[in-house]
Amino acid sequence: MRNRSPRAYLASTAALLIVLFYALIPVLWLLSLSFKTPATVSDRKFIPQDVTFENYTSLFAGGLDSALLRPLINSISIALIATVIAVTLAAFTAYAIARLDFPGKTVILAGALAIAMFPPISVVGPLFDMWRTLGLYDTYVGLIIPYLTFALPLAIYTLVAFFREIPWELEQAAQVDGATPWQAFRKIILPLAAPGVFTAAILVFIFAWNDFVFAITLTSSDSARTVPAALAFFTGDSQFTAPTGNIAAAAILVTIPIIVFVLIFQRRIVAGLTAGAVKG
Amino acid sequence: MAEIKLQDVTKRYADGTEAVKRMSLEIKDGEFMILVGPSGCGKSTALRMIAGLEDISEGEMTIGDRVVNDLSPRDRDIAMVFQNYALYPHMTVRANMGFALKLAKVPQEEIDRKVEEAARILDLAEHLDRKPANLSGGQRQRVAMGRAIVRDPQAFLMDEPLSNLDAKLRVQTRTEVARLQRRLETTMVYVTHDQTEAMTLGDRVAVMRSGVLQQVDPPRVLYNDPVNIFVAGFIGSPAMNFFSGSIAGGKLKLPFTEIDAPDGVAHSGDIIVGIRPEDFEDARFAPENHAAGKEFEAPIEVVESMGSEIYVYFSFEGGEVSSDELAELARDSGVAETPGAGGGQAVARLSPESDVSEGTSAKLWFDAAKLHLFDPHDGSSLRRSKADQQAAVDATQQAIAAEHHGDGAPPEDDGDAAAPERDGDVKPT
Repeated sequence: MRNRSPRAYLASTAALLIVLFYALIPVLWLLSLSFKTPATVSDRKFIPQDVTFENYTSLFAGGLDSALLRPLINSISIALIATVIAVTLAAFTAYAIARLDFPGKTVILAGALAIAMFPPISVVGPLFDMWRTLGLYDTYVGLIIPYLTFALPLAIYTLVAFFREIPWELEQAAQVDGATPWQAFRKIILPLAAPGVFTAAILVFIFAWNDFVFAITLTSSDSARTVPAALAFFTGDSQFTAPTGNIAAAAILVTIPIIVFVLIFQRRIVAGLTAGAVKG
Repeated sequence: MAEIKLQDVTKRYADGTEAVKRMSLEIKDGEFMILVGPSGCGKSTALRMIAGLEDISEGEMTIGDRVVNDLSPRDRDIAMVFQNYALYPHMTVRANMGFALKLAKVPQEEIDRKVEEAARILDLAEHLDRKPANLSGGQRQRVAMGRAIVRDPQAFLMDEPLSNLDAKLRVQTRTEVARLQRRLETTMVYVTHDQTEAMTLGDRVAVMRSGVLQQVDPPRVLYNDPVNIFVAGFIGSPAMNFFSGSIAGGKLKLPFTEIDAPDGVAHSGDIIVGIRPEDFEDARFAPENHAAGKEFEAPIEVVESMGSEIYVYFSFEGGEVSSDELAELARDSGVAETPGAGGGQAVARLSPESDVSEGTSAKLWFDAAKLHLFDPHDGSSLRRSKADQQAAVDATQQAIAAEHHGDGAPPEDDGDAAAPERDGDVKPT
């Protein structure tokens, strides 16, 4: 950025604006819809004529029996639990893969990659039958397990890359300093891999948060249904009104946690924490 | 503090290559031992085996009175300084230096006291709360040393600790290391590929080649009495010149002259002769009344004046030496530093008053009493009998014993002069 001519600077700014515009227009449109009254929803105007919060408040009317509150709680709980489990397991796995030589290492990595590539839609049918037999249908566990299946490879891959970046000497220095392998891992490796851990966490969280296929298939009631699935069950005020405003409002609401999550951790993700560890 | 003993220690990797071969070495309590050799000679592997970072394939390793073969690094009570320092980047200098003590559950007050004391010794006091990323190369190096000394370990292990510093800082830090070791009197094993560091720092120097220990002696013995052509070529800068010659009928034939064969050499036939650059002189400045000297004519090719001395490169014919050892040295250090191996060229160090000039022929002189003679087949020195070698070892041990128990000089007085003084203590017999 430093040595750019004003012309190049202008060009890159313009390109950036175009991309932003392209990416954000649908979101802004959704925002606009969420503030419109049912009567003005299809007035084709970007700025709402009479702003209403009705779409938002009605989502939560009725407390726990409301259209969105339970699904929102489900979504947050399931995504968080899946994230914590996936990142914890992945940290151990990735550490072993990055540091140790053991037979079957490449098989594990290749297997993880293959599973991550598997189309969810092809496993969702068998899962439906299995979960009904096992009693996991319409439960948190029933969703967390398939999420882990797909999120773990993602997290392992991300973390292996980060662990490999950490100079091995740091760990050896810790060992010589009297650290047990666990202390070396917890006090040296993990803090240094923090950007990687957070990156993996965000990726897993977003994956679990956004999933629709598993959520719609493996749940049948509010006891485990997540927001994306719940959106599909929204009904209008009457048989003849589409719940456009409500859906728009709910869509905006489910976007907010993701934005918050990324904003909180982006500094840690971007920070090059290993700077100064070794000469160079 | 403790002594470190290696008994037939071997490092063999899974593919069968041996990085260290049956290495036996005794490092005395409080001794400053240097492991030196060209890259790939196994010196770092040997150090890492002492640290416990590499498994020992065969043999026995003792630190103090414990066999440590199966002890993990944390149980060996040693401190190590890594080549790239390996500072913990997410911790301040204070936390870096106190990390080991914290793990050992030392009370916080004591940690603070020890860290601050080490910081004072190493001139790091005002940097204690900075992160390694904000330090200069020299400061990082000192933090790495500080991390080692706060622990008061049985032994310090240093893996080329100065190689990442620029030339000026390296010389300065070298002196500091020597001073520090004298002050702490802790056993130190120091790995380097730089023969200057080896010569100036160590009580004793262990020269390694391809995993095999070649010679362990005080620097001066190593320099004056190398056991083989490899050690002779490795120690000294510019390196020793090698010529092929032959002994017949009581005469030693060199490419440029012929002299009486030295006494006590039973060998006859082909021979390799080594002459150090400083054992040459401009014939005009040759010492008078010198019993064994010889003048000869040499065509001067290059003259390099350093001010205090002049290096003169002269050519000779039909006496080039080729051997595996010299080829390895040449590969490692660049041909220019081992003139004998690079073809028919040798280097002589002359008095600065000498007026020899390039492209002319000049009369040079060499000290025939200081020839080094080597067997052309195995490269071993022909002048060292077994008895000589044993005497050198005994002298070393006496010298070290005297040094650590005899003189009671206060540590602070050990300044820059420390290293040369020690060399003087351990003259070969």
